[in-house]
Amino acid sequence: MTPAIVTFWILAVLAVGSAVGLVLRRNPIHGALFLVVHLATLGAFFLQMRAEFLAAAQVIVYAGAIAVLFVFAIMVLIPGKEETGLDPLRAQRWLAVPVGGLLLIVLAVMLRSGLFRGAPAARTVPGGVAAIGQELFTAYLYPFEVTSVLLLAALVGVIALTKRRTA
Amino acid sequence: MVPTSWYVGLSAVLFVIGVLGVLVRRNPLVIFMSIEIMLNAANLAFVAFGQQHGSVDGQALVFFVLCVAAAEVAVGLAIIVAIFRLRRRLSVDELSLMRG
Repeated sequence: MTPAIVTFWILAVLAVGSAVGLVLRRNPIHGALFLVVHLATLGAFFLQMRAEFLAAAQVIVYAGAIAVLFVFAIMVLIPGKEETGLDPLRAQRWLAVPVGGLLLIVLAVMLRSGLFRGAPAARTVPGGVAAIGQELFTAYLYPFEVTSVLLLAALVGVIALTKRRTA
Repeated sequence: MVPTSWYVGLSAVLFVIGVLGVLVRRNPLVIFMSIEIMLNAANLAFVAFGQQHGSVDGQALVFFVLCVAAAEVAVGLAIIVAIFRLRRRLSVDELSLMRG
């Protein structure tokens, strides 16, 4: 057991536990807090894989901005006790478990099938800001520019959607 | 060094948990959070494969997923707030009609 493997298992338990907590807890605020733990854990995974830039971006964008947005929306909507009352689709809800199990089996079969064998051995990857920036501004220049248009469109769309119509 | 297949297996497990969240929950906010879990599972697989092949492409793709997820959450939450103003209830099962 090298330290890397011990770290992997600790982080894996944290990631799976927080994801399960999000799905099972009824209160959406608890779900949002579980989501923060989950996203931070994935940031730690990125750090372990030497993707330092992505780890920082993950914490700033996901665990920072997106989680705050979720908490803000929950506060605005105040569903406090949600999912009470009769569930009209209760029988269908139980179908989710076999469907999820089936999906997991399919994914496991794919992983065991040798699809990923024959790949080159893992090497150390340049994961710093310099390497990412080099890649983004050469090979991925056009997608990068289109991303800025996407963010602008989202910005305008959100303002248009939430604006109260003055009668 | 942690083998790549472990990361990919963990990513599959997290993805299935996200799918279950989408299928089981009724609150659209929680469904959105489950979608975030699925996106992050895909990101983990991207970075793991990029590391195995010794290239930065996987990390560049994760960067784009991050941007799209941010836009998606902003627009989605705006739609949910607009629906809540109209209906005063929050349950995806009641929203089976496309017209308001």
